Amino acid sequence: MYLTKKENSMLNGENGYSVKKSMEILVALGEIYNAEKLIDVGSVQVSGVSYHNLGDAGLEFLEELAKDGKVKVLTTLNPAGMDLENWKNLGISEDFAKKQKMVINAYERMGILISCTCTPYLIGNLPRYGEHIAWSESSAVTFANSVIGAKTNREGGPSALAAAFVGKTPYYGLHLDENRIPNIHVQVDSSLKKISDFGALGYCIGTKAENKIPYLTGIQKADVDELKSFSASIVTYGSKPLYYIEGITPGYEKYQIPKEKIIIEQNDLQVAYSQINDEVSDIELVCIGCPHCSIKEISQIARLLSNKQISPKTEFWVASSRAAKQLSDVHGYTKIIERAGGKFACDTCMAVAPLKGRFKSVATTSAKGCYYSRQNKMLTKMGGIKECIDAAVTGKWK
Amino acid sequence: MKGRIIMKGNAQDIALVTSQTISFYGGVDPNTGIIIEKGHELQGKSVNGKILVFPTGKGSTVGSYTLYRMKKSGTAPSGIINKECGTVIAVGAIISEIPCVDLIDISKIQTGDLVSIENEDVIILNVAER
Repeated sequence: MYLTKKENSMLNGENGYSVKKSMEILVALGEIYNAEKLIDVGSVQVSGVSYHNLGDAGLEFLEELAKDGKVKVLTTLNPAGMDLENWKNLGISEDFAKKQKMVINAYERMGILISCTCTPYLIGNLPRYGEHIAWSESSAVTFANSVIGAKTNREGGPSALAAAFVGKTPYYGLHLDENRIPNIHVQVDSSLKKISDFGALGYCIGTKAENKIPYLTGIQKADVDELKSFSASIVTYGSKPLYYIEGITPGYEKYQIPKEKIIIEQNDLQVAYSQINDEVSDIELVCIGCPHCSIKEISQIARLLSNKQISPKTEFWVASSRAAKQLSDVHGYTKIIERAGGKFACDTCMAVAPLKGRFKSVATTSAKGCYYSRQNKMLTKMGGIKECIDAAVTGKWK
Repeated sequence: MKGRIIMKGNAQDIALVTSQTISFYGGVDPNTGIIIEKGHELQGKSVNGKILVFPTGKGSTVGSYTLYRMKKSGTAPSGIINKECGTVIAVGAIISEIPCVDLIDISKIQTGDLVSIENEDVIILNVAER
């Protein structure tokens, strides 16, 4: 891979340990994937924030990097393992909280925004169409590539951090236009009525078109919340982190409809639901917000919860960014949700919080949330916002 | 054999070889270095102090940090040889400073061989009884 004089000196350690380590990572990845050079990135999203996943080793590595590492571009952070303010109320132990705060402090010393959300594009890290970025967090990567039309590979935590310290990423994969061409036509012949239908659709496509770039036809409308849910699902279940929807996402008109074709019918969605859902009726946790709830979703939840009470046998969590919650506070949504017995889980989510052993069953709007909940040994139910709120109020899935 | 340097360095130890992929996150116990993935052909074997030879990595990117943790607690392999190294293993080897080389015909190496990694060179110094 070609390196400039300046890049070579960074690799040789002239700009300190963190930059040297970062360059080693970027150069190794560049060599593995045959990148010709490094390119500038406009922003970075860093995953690997939950102490639950990082452990002491990850914490130690981050503290080492924080000694001399400073990010060169706008860099935001993925969800942590707990709400940074309300952690006690959500059942997090003192020990865990202490370690989690050390992780956050290390990232803060590097100059990273402590945004702690998987929806950076909703809170101020919004790339432009065609911009090169280096993001980790698969749902955000997929949203950025597909809905915004920015260009990023699916980075891991350390490679995203390396890009932030250098301000560059190796030029390969989805940064190259030739690798962004859709190669499977997905004809959607089923109606999509609620947000979880988009999750079920993502499941169908992810499992049927593994490692492909789908070009979808037949979807009449989809809002940002539905697209963020779809982005999370399709990549969790196996597609490349890029798709096109005719008439809805940018850039589709540049391409011909691919020849290879799959059709998704109503029945396929039903099969997806039956595979994502388990046999369970008592629901111990209801969580909405994977990816994090937008302010629009929070307002919907508040409307549906007004004058209702959450079942004493069930916990109800709204997972969102702190930025969205602050708006919710201002507009009184938070009060309505908390008065009903619901809790906000800001800065964290059901995929990265230490939930194993705490709940036997969960209901959620998110196909991705179900995937990670099963890893936490929970039985899962997926449905629309209304069905989830019904489950929270009655304690039962109908 | 000549490969491609992922993390430069030298190591010389007994090889532990598998034809299956390895996930360090969830698949290896970082406290002991023992492979715990159910049904893996190396299940129950320790990678500690071995030249670990496998086709490629799989699984969560957190696996890079697992390798780092193993290095810190003294349970890491002393070197890694891959057929084709992916992001997780490459990043893990670099941050943990474990010599790592790929694009090697790993079918030539068997468990028990004494193997040396010298940057891009992989040399079988002593062949175990076949």
